[in-house]
Amino acid sequence: MNLSLENIVGFFGTLLVAFAGVVFVTSGDSNGIVTHGWMMLLVAGFGVKFLLESIQDGEPEAVLEYDDRIVRLGILFCFAWGIVGFFVGDWLAWQLAYPALNGDMPWTNFGRLRPVHTTAVIFGFGGNALIATSFYVVQRTCRARLVGHTLPWLVFGGYNLFVLLAATGYPLGITQSREYAEPEWYADLLLTLVWVGYFVTFMRTLARRAEPHIYVANWYYLSFIVVIAMLHIVNNLAIPLSWSGDKSYALFAGVQDAMTQWWYGHNAVGFFLTTGFLGMLYYFLPKAINRPIYSYRMSIVSFWGITFLYLWAGSHHLHYTALPDWVQMLGMTMSIILLVPSWASVFNGILTLNGAWDKVRTDPAVRFMMVAILFYGLSTFEGSFMAIRPVNALSHYTDWTVGHVHAGALGWIAFITFGAMYKLVPWVWNREGIYSLRLEAWHFWLALSGALIYVGAMWNSGITQSLMWQTYDGDGNFLYSFMDTVDAMHGYYVARAIGGLLYFIGACIGAYNIYMTVSGPAMQTASVDPAPLAVPGE
Amino acid sequence: MLEKHQKLERNSLAFTVMILIVASIGGLVEIAPLFTIENTVEKVEGMRPYTPLEQVGRDIYIREGCYACHSQMIRTLRSDVERYGHFSLAAESMYDHPFQWGSKRTGPDLARIGGKYSDAWHVAHLKAPREVVEGSVMPGYAFLAETTVDTQKLPYVLRALSRVGVPYTETQIKDAARDLARQADAEAEDEDVLTERYGDKVNIRDFDGDPKRVTEMDALVAYLQVLGTLVDTKTLKSGDLVR
Repeated sequence: MNLSLENIVGFFGTLLVAFAGVVFVTSGDSNGIVTHGWMMLLVAGFGVKFLLESIQDGEPEAVLEYDDRIVRLGILFCFAWGIVGFFVGDWLAWQLAYPALNGDMPWTNFGRLRPVHTTAVIFGFGGNALIATSFYVVQRTCRARLVGHTLPWLVFGGYNLFVLLAATGYPLGITQSREYAEPEWYADLLLTLVWVGYFVTFMRTLARRAEPHIYVANWYYLSFIVVIAMLHIVNNLAIPLSWSGDKSYALFAGVQDAMTQWWYGHNAVGFFLTTGFLGMLYYFLPKAINRPIYSYRMSIVSFWGITFLYLWAGSHHLHYTALPDWVQMLGMTMSIILLVPSWASVFNGILTLNGAWDKVRTDPAVRFMMVAILFYGLSTFEGSFMAIRPVNALSHYTDWTVGHVHAGALGWIAFITFGAMYKLVPWVWNREGIYSLRLEAWHFWLALSGALIYVGAMWNSGITQSLMWQTYDGDGNFLYSFMDTVDAMHGYYVARAIGGLLYFIGACIGAYNIYMTVSGPAMQTASVDPAPLAVPGE
Repeated sequence: MLEKHQKLERNSLAFTVMILIVASIGGLVEIAPLFTIENTVEKVEGMRPYTPLEQVGRDIYIREGCYACHSQMIRTLRSDVERYGHFSLAAESMYDHPFQWGSKRTGPDLARIGGKYSDAWHVAHLKAPREVVEGSVMPGYAFLAETTVDTQKLPYVLRALSRVGVPYTETQIKDAARDLARQADAEAEDEDVLTERYGDKVNIRDFDGDPKRVTEMDALVAYLQVLGTLVDTKTLKSGDLVR
């Protein structure tokens, strides 16, 4: 028997989820929440079974080996959610080009499917990539085994239950309709529980480290975990209608809610989609090219600059609105300064590549990472630029914003993930290398052309539409009706959907390549994990 | 500095606390004052909580994710004001839990859509957008006209809203279901009850052309028709709008 504190707390949490499931199944007041009740019961049931088995297992395993089981599972979930998210995203793109594809049924409409796309790619694809790589990186850079016998599994299972509840909720009409914070109160509470477990696991592993210093990549993972916790809790403060209902009302209203939501929304970008993935960059790039990070100082400047400045930038989403001007000005100023630490990371990454540029040509994974850094540089520059009020007057409410987000998401976040995954998969499954370098290169070129077509189409459509909105004839009347500007979008929307399709096909090829690698033969000799790279300046 | 940082990066707890402190400052400076500075939300005449029918309509707007394509925020720019009307005031969304200002205009802004089109136009347009507006890329929402509003949860809706600060009275909460029926039924005899509770500007009529029952279409159209109409922007003085 192994009744550790960890197992008892884990049991308590899992039973709590199961209990909520029972309440929803028996007294839920909508089909949606009853469905969610069953999902929670099912997953929590698995959790209880797993915990019972673990408790009988007796003593925890030896701590002399790294624990990569969750890393492997996380990689698979990352790709699975990615495929779902990319598919729904491209489907939405075709809906905008050919609206008959909406089907005019409740669960197939653009409005309900759009958050399925954003949740599947951000939280499903991105979140699993972050959990998997953070668990891998923290072990290697601390030279310590992941702490926790059961808790890391509960974190992983609970997190994916959260994504499942979120993504299945929207078609059923369960949503807060607050961008990137759409999940309802019970899913939010679940994520809060999970996040505490994630934080504890990460901190305990850090505490076990054999290295005196905490490596840069872990700073980024840590800031991702800590700041997302703060944002998530504050932004999702809400009062539910009842304990068995799927609806709640946000605590704040109007202008205060707008500012809180964009403080959250912008920093979901900042700390979920930037710092976490910078952590990935700071580990996998040096490892892939076998060179240390270019500058330790630049890492520090970049890290604290981003951690401080990002939180000020949210108000640039609300330029010229009913938000007080002083907050808009402050947000604009800080957004411009934010370019400095952002580009410090860009230069740190690019200069790390110095002396290993041949690998960009020969190794598609390194090529993925190199292009990721370039897209990061592009989209952070673009972001600061769009935060300037007069520029924002042109860009806001248009496809330019959508293009900007996708330059970051397709070009930076997904590229660094793919690059890291192509390295990580052979490492954690103990394979000679990836199944096919040619397919990896195909994935790269499809993804790159898809992203460029997508972003190019959205720049053009966004600026075209905005200029049309602001065009007057000689008498001071609008030259174009709103519908004229919608008609002008059609060609761009088709192009965007084609770009998305290429990207989706590339991801499918990537998933196939990963599958073939995993199901292929293992290496003859066990790999010896080399010591982690030292931090320059140490 | 560098040496101090080397100390910091040897202590994971101190590092965590440092991150929390550094990351909290921006939010504290930008968000907290919005609750304390008095002229953040303008003091203007006319704002009132949504009627039960309008609130149900708003919840449908939220459920369907309309914010993905429609903003409800007219900016202070000339091209916004001339196309959509007087720029939006903070006060006009003071009872919006959550706000629905939006971030994308695939379709036009809706902040002042109220009263611009007839109910029949909205119903026809929501049912089959391209039959009314050629080339529109909006999905059809014909199913709303076939779904009767579930009024059982209404008192909970208003109760929860009053808990987050919307000033509903106890009678408004308890009588919510009847108020909803009163507003959607043009024949109702006790109209005065509703105007007493929610003011003269309440639109009382059958919205969806189906007087036999109150559908989700009634509710959504009632919500759209009240958007931007509560504050009389013509009587605003520039002194009211300093922020």
